[in-house]
Amino acid sequence: MSINATPAGADVTTEETAARTGRHAAVPAQRASRRRAPLSENKRAERRLGWLLCAPAALVMLLVTAYPILYSVWLSMQRFDLRFPDQREFIGLENYVTVLTNEFWWTAFGVTMLITVVTVAVELVLGMGLALVMHRTLVGRGIVRTAALIPYGIVTVVAAFSWRYAWTPGTGYLANLFDGSAPLTERASSLAIIMLAEIWKTTPFMALLLMAGLALVPDDLLKAASTDGATAWQRFTKVMLPVMKPAILVALLFRTLDAFRVFDNIYILTSGANETSSVSMIAYNNLIRGLNLGIGSTMSVLIFITVAIIAFVFVKLFGTAAPGSDDGERR
Amino acid sequence: MADIVLDKVSKKFPDGTVAVQDVDLEIADGEFVILVGPSGCGKSTTLNMIAGLEDISSGELRIGGERVNDKAPRDRDIAMVFQSYALYPNMTVRENMAFPLRLAKLDRETINQKVEEAAKVLELTPLLDRKPANLSGGQRQRVAMGRAIVRQPKAFLMDEPLSNLDAKLRVQMRTVVSRLQKQLGTTTVYVTHDQTEAMTLGDRVVIMRGGAVQQVGPPQELYDHPRNLFVAGFIGSPAMNFLHAAVQDGSLRTALGDVPIGDRVRRQLEGADAPRELILGIRPEHFEDAALIDDDTRRRGMEFEAPVEIVESMGSDKYVYFGVEGERASAAELEELAADAGADFTGGGASLVTRLSAESAVREGGNHRVWFNLEKIHLFDPNTGRNLTLHEGRAAGAVAD
Ligand SMILES: Nc1ncnc2c1ncn2[C@@H]1O[C@H](COP(=O)(O)OP(=O)(O)OP(=O)(O)O)[C@@H](O)[C@H]1O
Ligand SMILES: [Mg+2]
Repeated sequence: MSINATPAGADVTTEETAARTGRHAAVPAQRASRRRAPLSENKRAERRLGWLLCAPAALVMLLVTAYPILYSVWLSMQRFDLRFPDQREFIGLENYVTVLTNEFWWTAFGVTMLITVVTVAVELVLGMGLALVMHRTLVGRGIVRTAALIPYGIVTVVAAFSWRYAWTPGTGYLANLFDGSAPLTERASSLAIIMLAEIWKTTPFMALLLMAGLALVPDDLLKAASTDGATAWQRFTKVMLPVMKPAILVALLFRTLDAFRVFDNIYILTSGANETSSVSMIAYNNLIRGLNLGIGSTMSVLIFITVAIIAFVFVKLFGTAAPGSDDGERR
Repeated sequence: MADIVLDKVSKKFPDGTVAVQDVDLEIADGEFVILVGPSGCGKSTTLNMIAGLEDISSGELRIGGERVNDKAPRDRDIAMVFQSYALYPNMTVRENMAFPLRLAKLDRETINQKVEEAAKVLELTPLLDRKPANLSGGQRQRVAMGRAIVRQPKAFLMDEPLSNLDAKLRVQMRTVVSRLQKQLGTTTVYVTHDQTEAMTLGDRVVIMRGGAVQQVGPPQELYDHPRNLFVAGFIGSPAMNFLHAAVQDGSLRTALGDVPIGDRVRRQLEGADAPRELILGIRPEHFEDAALIDDDTRRRGMEFEAPVEIVESMGSDKYVYFGVEGERASAAELEELAADAGADFTGGGASLVTRLSAESAVREGGNHRVWFNLEKIHLFDPNTGRNLTLHEGRAAGAVAD
């Protein structure tokens, strides 16, 4: 890039270099560090007040999240089965070896991944459609939004039961549609139904998040694209989606993390029969049913690590900004 | 390039708002037309209908002789510039300008060449690889212009393109727009709120009020021969002075004294339903310090004496505000203008704005004798707003026969 000689140009150039070197989450950090150097008395007092105001919330967070997490890590390094409390001892990473070489764990991991990828992908597409409809409707906007949100408002367990009964041979209306077959007794169809229930339930949530993103797209931008010669589809893909990208990534992040911890639907629909367990499901089985605190905690910690990795990938690699923060791209 | 014809075009929104009503307008090929009027008068709506961004409720719109009412914006081949610039934040300046060309499926080389060309004209070359977020307001504005000119469309539509710039930059960009339009010779419809832009930029100005066209004409004509009270008050800065005038015994009783009226105006006032009260309008520059005029000029006007409130010396001349007594001129149009201009609108009659020669010895606080030109007076019917002094479209003053 040629450097503009005018003072105004030079001014903007430094900003741009900053934005280029680390467009993603690094930008706010860089800006912050640049600003840190000359702090006035006023600024420092303001910062101190900021910390003080955050302190109570931070303390509560520490108590309710950090402590259980650390305790799980501690438990995961012990042989600790409540059925044989005498054998409790510190065994380092042995539990991790046990879990990570166990084929049930990997089956469950695969199932969880499958459910996560499929449901999030389908929800994204459906949610986008729903968001567009809700964004566009002028008449009865309130009613449309309320109706769309009903599935999200129903308690998951209740919804899961209604799905289970619907698919029960003999009595269920959906099972009867398919000649009284019993889809919940087979692996593939069970997984399909689990995913269907998940999608049905959380698409509205996705739609809500995406609708917030749609509101970010200025009307003038779409008008400009129209006069520039874009078709409706081109306006959507070339203008709307890029502008909405931050909101889409946030929605995807939330939903991916949520979907990876899928539990209630599986618990009610199949109880994990026919290898339909998710990782949360087998962690629960070991921890609560099997009373094996060591192995159960190990699985919980592994789930936590996976979720953390997913979040890290979204934030660092895709540049997902936390909701509300400015990613430096928008005006 | 093409001409644009609006034939009884109206716009009624679904909620019942009539934003534009029966607008007839013929814009010649290559002409630069300004739409101006107070906020909410339907300028943007008119522009959007030409662009195809709003449906036309009734009437016909022709671009280049072809009816385009039902054509999508992308098939009308017009380019639009928005007040918000509407640059695509995810694209660089180069990509922004290339966007319409890419959609038109031109090959890469042609696109590059056209973009470079447009960038050169607008002095954007060093900025081509920046994102809009890293540009100043004026630079963004130029990119928006660049995106419009690269495709050589049939027409440019601009909706208050300079309103977000600071005063100095606005003056600068005004000349850029003007030069560009002359160079390219592309038909342009330009919406603005700004007096100066309206007066200086266009070949013709369209003044709108409440969705209806008030008057169409070259800026000077609107200034000299306003068809009604609204146009008279809207064009000109400082605005025309409006005074209450009562018709009495063949003359007008005003705060400036008894103003004689000529035969033609008198005939108009003879009818049974003719108004007994009028509004007298006179522009600030048609006053002069009574001590500074020769006898010949003096005969064409009359004089009055009034207390001086404020003197603003502009170097070349002096704006002098006089306090005058008497009833305020009142009409719906004047209220609307006052509301649009904010509190600083002085046409209400409380104080009289005059522009006197710089040599005038006028002093704040004292009384001063001032002459005004009777040939430049406009008389308006307060009910209809019509300019009664117009004769065959020309303002003839109050005394003319
Ligand atoms: N979608 C809409 N539905 C109903 N009424 C509308 C709509 N859009 C605009 N209007 C109304 O139409 C009228 C004209 O609006 P328009 O935007 O054309 O005004 P404008 O002359 O461009 O004003 P400004 O100078 O403030 O931009 C206004 O009274 C406005 O309230
Ligand atoms: Mg407007």
